[in-house]
Amino acid sequence: MAPTEAAEAKVLTREALPVRSEDDVVLVRRRARELAQRRGFDGFAQAAITTATSEIVRNALVHGGGGEATLEELDRGGRAGVRLTCRDEGPGVLDLERALRGGFSVTGTLGLGLSGARRLVDEFEVRSAPGAGTTVVLTKWARR
Amino acid sequence: MRQTGQVPILRVAGVLLVAIQVDLGDTVATALQEDVLEAIARTGSTGLLIDVTGLEMVDSFVARVLVDTGRMARLMGTETVIVGLRPEVAGTLVRMGFDVSEVQAALDIDEGLERLGCKVVRRGAD
Repeated sequence: MAPTEAAEAKVLTREALPVRSEDDVVLVRRRARELAQRRGFDGFAQAAITTATSEIVRNALVHGGGGEATLEELDRGGRAGVRLTCRDEGPGVLDLERALRGGFSVTGTLGLGLSGARRLVDEFEVRSAPGAGTTVVLTKWARR
Repeated sequence: MRQTGQVPILRVAGVLLVAIQVDLGDTVATALQEDVLEAIARTGSTGLLIDVTGLEMVDSFVARVLVDTGRMARLMGTETVIVGLRPEVAGTLVRMGFDVSEVQAALDIDEGLERLGCKVVRRGAD
C-alpha cells in the first residue's frame, strides 16, 4: 500500500441529514453529488457515490424505518474523498451475507441495493444485528 | 389519470416520447410508469421512447421502474427503446450488476426513432 493510503483521512466538512421521507432520499443523494463535484470527482465517480448513497439511504427508509445520514468531505494525503454514514433504527438486516451477495431482498423490492452499492465504492462497511438497526459506512475516493 | 406533473408524455411520429428531465423520487417514478401505460392504451402507439438524457443518476429502483415499464408496454404490444443514457450512468448500472439483457437502447432520440421504424431525415446528412 502506498504511504498516502495509510495516512489518516482528514474530515473537512460534516453534515447530518434526516432520513424520514422519500424526498429526504433525493436530498441526501443530491447533496452527495454536490460534495463530490466540489471535491473534483470525475463524472463516473460522482455517479458512483450518488447512486450508492441513493441505494443505502433508501434501504434505511424502506427497511429501517428511517434514520440519519451523515456526509463528510475527506482528504487523505491530498486525495479527495466523500463518505456516507447511514444509520437506521430498523430490525437489522436479517441475513447480511445473502443481502451482500445481491439478488436477495427482505421485502422483495431492493435486491441490488446493498450489493450494488458495495461494488460502486472503495470502502464499504455494514454493521447490523437483529433489533439493533443497521449502519452502513461507505467511502469513495477521487481518481488521481 | 394520475398526473405526475413533472414529466410530459408527448406523441411524435406515431410513438410516445417520455423525456425525463428531473431526478425522480420513487413515488413519481412509479406514477410515471402508470401514466405511460395509460397513454399507450389511449393513443394505441406501437412505440415508446424513454429519453433519460436528463438523469444524472439511475439507481436500482429507477432502473427497475424503467425496465418494468418496457416489459409492461410489451404486453400491450408496444416496443420500448431507452435513449440518452449517459456514459457514467451506463457504467454505474453495469458495475452494480443490473441485468440489462432485455433493455433495448439507442444513443439519442433520432436513433431511437429509427429503431422503432420511423424514418428520420437528418438535414445535411447526405
